[in-house]
Amino acid sequence: MYHYRPGKQMNYMMLEVPARSENESFVRVVIAAFAARLDPTLEEVNEVKTAVSEAVTNSILHAYDDDRGLIKIRAFVEDKKLWIEISDSGKGIDDIARAREPLYTDKPELERSGMGFTIMENFMDEVVISSSPGKGTVVKMLKVFNKVAESSH
Amino acid sequence: MQVQIIRRKKNLIVRLKGELDHHTSLTFRQAVEKELEKEIIQNLIINMENLTFMDSSGIGAILGRYKQFRDRGGKVVICGLSRHNKKILEMGGLLKIIPVCTDERQALENLS
Ligand SMILES: Nc1ncnc2c1ncn2[C@@H]1O[C@H](COP(=O)(O)OP(=O)(O)OP(=O)(O)O)[C@@H](O)[C@H]1O
Ligand SMILES: [Mg+2]
Repeated sequence: MYHYRPGKQMNYMMLEVPARSENESFVRVVIAAFAARLDPTLEEVNEVKTAVSEAVTNSILHAYDDDRGLIKIRAFVEDKKLWIEISDSGKGIDDIARAREPLYTDKPELERSGMGFTIMENFMDEVVISSSPGKGTVVKMLKVFNKVAESSH
Repeated sequence: MQVQIIRRKKNLIVRLKGELDHHTSLTFRQAVEKELEKEIIQNLIINMENLTFMDSSGIGAILGRYKQFRDRGGKVVICGLSRHNKKILEMGGLLKIIPVCTDERQALENLS
């Protein structure tokens, strides 16, 4: 289950950027740098960067349409776990189950493939989406690093 | 992302360097479309050897070029695919419709 207690023991970071596409790579790099202390493999870093890129791109592309809102990113680390929250105050998602379906997109004309949520689910250990139409969307994700190494102890 | 374009007869080779995401995917699309306007080109080779990052925007951008070339009676071939990029294209179902070669030479052979 996805749960965390951002308490004094847990290290965290917060970041806020305007919903502009040039910030996509910036947020990816920040999260990768923050996760580096957990000593992830290169593959794990790539998976986290891709999942973050999907959530941030969605906020830029779908949440605000053309007017520029803000995207908030929070991340917490503990042991081998990285929690990430990406939130916007945009238009929200009416039907989350449909949005999660592979290949579902409401913007095929912009060459979107509808694979964003599927990629997040494949690359992260958990993905929780909450959204209220007209208010915004929060995507919470959990990544557990070095799983194989840990279970072999 | 940098896009380098090379012509080999009726084949267009596009070398992608850097990161292919929502922000940069338009650069790739426009570079290819500009070439299509001015030359008779049949096939497209996408060299991803130096592509260090890709997300679902890459799936959309490559699928878009695939449809464009298919509709003109041509083909798209990908080469230089890293493990990570491969995983992403696989999830998008692209590896079922687009051939993957190790390098440009093999891709050109595949098209001849
Ligand atoms: N932050 C958001 N705000 C509003 N709608 C969203 C948000 N994120 C996703 N959606 C909706 O969910 C759908 C599916 O998202 P998903 O990321 O899976 O695909 P996509 O963004 O359409 O395409 P791709 O990610 O493959 O480029 C979107 O088309 C959009 O309708
Ligand atoms: Mg998306």
